[in-house]
Amino acid sequence: MAENSVSDLKVIVFQLNDKEYGVPVSQVKSIEKIMHITRVPHTNPFVKGVMNLRGVVTPLLDLRVRFGMGEQAYSEGTRVIIVSVEDKEVGLIVDGANDVIDIPTSMIEPPPEVVGIAAEGFIDGVANLDKRLLILIDLNKILESDEVKAL
Amino acid sequence: MELNQYLEVFIEESKEHLQACNEQLLELEKNPQDLSIINEIFRSAHTLKGMSATMGYEDLASLTHQMENVLDAIRNNRLATTPEILDVIFMAVDHLEDMVQSIAAGGDGKKDVTETVEKLKLIEKGESLSGSADKEVAATAALEAKQQSHYDEFELTVLKQSKEQGFGVYEIGIALREDCLLKAARVYMVFEVLEQIGEVIKANPSVEQLEEEQFDDEFTVTIVSKEEPEDIKGKIMKVSEVVKTDLRSFDFDEESNDTYSEVLANSNAQVEANTPASEQSQSIGTEVSQVNDKKGNVKQQTNNSKTIRVNIERLDILMNLFEELVIDRGRLEQISKDLDNGELTETVERMSRISGDLQNIILNMRMVQVETVFNRFPRMIRQLARDLNKKINLEIVGAETELDRTVIDEIGDPLVHLLRNSVDHGIESPEVRKAKGKNEEGTVVLRAFHSGNHVFIEIEDDGAGISRDKVLKKAISKGIITEQSAAGFTDKQAYELILSSGFSTAEKISDISGRGVGLDVVKNTIESLGGSISIDSKENEGTIFSIQLPLTLSIISVMLVEIQKEKFAIPLSSIIETAIIKDTDIMNAHNQKVIDFRGKVVPLLFLKDIFEVPSEPDEDQFHSVIIVRKGDKMAGLIVDSFIGQQEVVLKSLGNYLTNVFAISGATILGDGQVALIVDCNALIK
Repeated sequence: MAENSVSDLKVIVFQLNDKEYGVPVSQVKSIEKIMHITRVPHTNPFVKGVMNLRGVVTPLLDLRVRFGMGEQAYSEGTRVIIVSVEDKEVGLIVDGANDVIDIPTSMIEPPPEVVGIAAEGFIDGVANLDKRLLILIDLNKILESDEVKAL
Repeated sequence: MELNQYLEVFIEESKEHLQACNEQLLELEKNPQDLSIINEIFRSAHTLKGMSATMGYEDLASLTHQMENVLDAIRNNRLATTPEILDVIFMAVDHLEDMVQSIAAGGDGKKDVTETVEKLKLIEKGESLSGSADKEVAATAALEAKQQSHYDEFELTVLKQSKEQGFGVYEIGIALREDCLLKAARVYMVFEVLEQIGEVIKANPSVEQLEEEQFDDEFTVTIVSKEEPEDIKGKIMKVSEVVKTDLRSFDFDEESNDTYSEVLANSNAQVEANTPASEQSQSIGTEVSQVNDKKGNVKQQTNNSKTIRVNIERLDILMNLFEELVIDRGRLEQISKDLDNGELTETVERMSRISGDLQNIILNMRMVQVETVFNRFPRMIRQLARDLNKKINLEIVGAETELDRTVIDEIGDPLVHLLRNSVDHGIESPEVRKAKGKNEEGTVVLRAFHSGNHVFIEIEDDGAGISRDKVLKKAISKGIITEQSAAGFTDKQAYELILSSGFSTAEKISDISGRGVGLDVVKNTIESLGGSISIDSKENEGTIFSIQLPLTLSIISVMLVEIQKEKFAIPLSSIIETAIIKDTDIMNAHNQKVIDFRGKVVPLLFLKDIFEVPSEPDEDQFHSVIIVRKGDKMAGLIVDSFIGQQEVVLKSLGNYLTNVFAISGATILGDGQVALIVDCNALIK
């Protein structure tokens, strides 16, 4: 048991275009429903704006746009995953998020050479769980600051 | 022992002690004879030494120790306080400050201070050796040393704590052979042994005197050690020419019970104050009791305001939580109004009042006395005056005035700059002052006071003042203004030219002000804090720099405006006025729409375009315009409508969105939505 817990990676599973992605639980602070967004001018198209997260002004990134998937209207299922990487805290807008699973590290493979989606550069690895393919994303790359400055 | 958890406390306290040293040293310079001041400095240095030794910062401890030796010599009248000695002590304090800074920044607090240590050692020895007169001094010193054979309260504390930690505390009487030739060498060897087995807390006569052979053939040492008494004795006896080692356990009761001979009676008089016993030692005694009176006062003062250190982050969290409460309060107020239920309305009103009070308290918790910034200036002015060969008296008024922590953190550098300016350019050299019929000593007044919702900080000097003509000439030559416009300048406007970029009145660059940064930096910093600066001056009478600052940065007054469906906040501090203009008022100048605003041509900025607000073209003939300013420049911001004036809590956009064009932050409105705050400075070039 103890061995398992050491080698397992706990991830939050979320959906984008019916594909499943995962981010480590350790980097996730909370999952929120979408609230009023205030647009911030002169930012990257994927920066949707900021919202009031219990008194903290939190920037929101639309992961669909970030991954070049094309926008889609937000629905009841749309969720904001609040992640915190180093000193940055942002919310990621995703189609849905409703699962937490443990992935044994042994089942994580490096990203395939050709993935065929625009999210390529953001992938940390792929986990194959009984035909359920889970793409693990690299938050550091998503929040990379040079991307922010390239306005 | 886990020391990390004490590190923060250590750093804070070290800073306090160093600050105290600085202040008292300045005091001492004014009253070199006042023993109580020396004692205060000694006290701070001693505590610092103890703390840093405990924390394992050896360099810090040893430099403090060296400084302490010099202080001790002054205290015992073996040295007279001279500016030269103070210079070296100040230098030592500077080094100590650097070390503490380094520790605070996560470093190891190590620094090469051999030069200073050498100087301290020289001072310590230099004046108390050789010559017949000095023998007398030495003799009295020895006598005094004997009188001081008691332990001061810090030594006692150290001893007590050592004992509590399981160390043995021993007083060792050591006798050398009468015909011992190299007494100092023997002493050295004995100490060598003692350092190996424990720590020497006190020696009588003092270590310095022992090293200088100012003793007959006996001396006592107090040490803490974990070794067995017999072993200690044996080891000491191994040193050749030691004839007797008399070791006894230190008895605390005895020490406090006064039975330690008349010498001790004296000592206790020092510690406990106002004991008549002190009078037996005449002059020294009276001095001592004075000292103690003063100490008593100081203690009482510090006890009057008990404080607790709180991490500013925690206060921020509290503030955030509280803001949520305020937002909910807004909603409740709205709901109760709609429902029109008497009981509900009453309760909500009560809650509003209480939360209003709470808000005040929370804001007040972030307030810090400007003293924390001001207290580093006396040192700086002293150094400047010495470097420039000027005589300057710095007066500080209103150091207890409070400002928000965030403002305090920012205001230090601009003040340094302005003070340097006053000393360097304002105050004349003593000769010039004399020739002008002024007091040789120039006066710089640093004043802080509250007025309305603002705090004013003024720097006033009685120096040469600013020459209007010189300033104008220079501004014209630098191309800052034109010759024609110069004529229309009021005196005040002319003086304020020295705050514009690219201006420096220094005829020759001195290393004091000529640092490549002008006063424009000062102006920018102050304006970025939401404050303003003005100058008033009279030639040959002096100059006043007056800085106006908001009480707090976290709450600012803004004008809320609407552009389509988006709300923006414009800081009131940048707004001159608001107006409604007609289409026909708008003129075109070189692709730039402008209006005539009270005889001035003001360019118009359509915020809708600047902020790329999604919108439909509107055919409205009337436009709401907000005239904002940055320094002397103005612009008119066109918005859709004004919502009204409001106090809002300033929030940052976080670490992800940095440097968003023309947005300086955000705030959360009553309905929970975020509104962005417009940075007018970025909009005006």
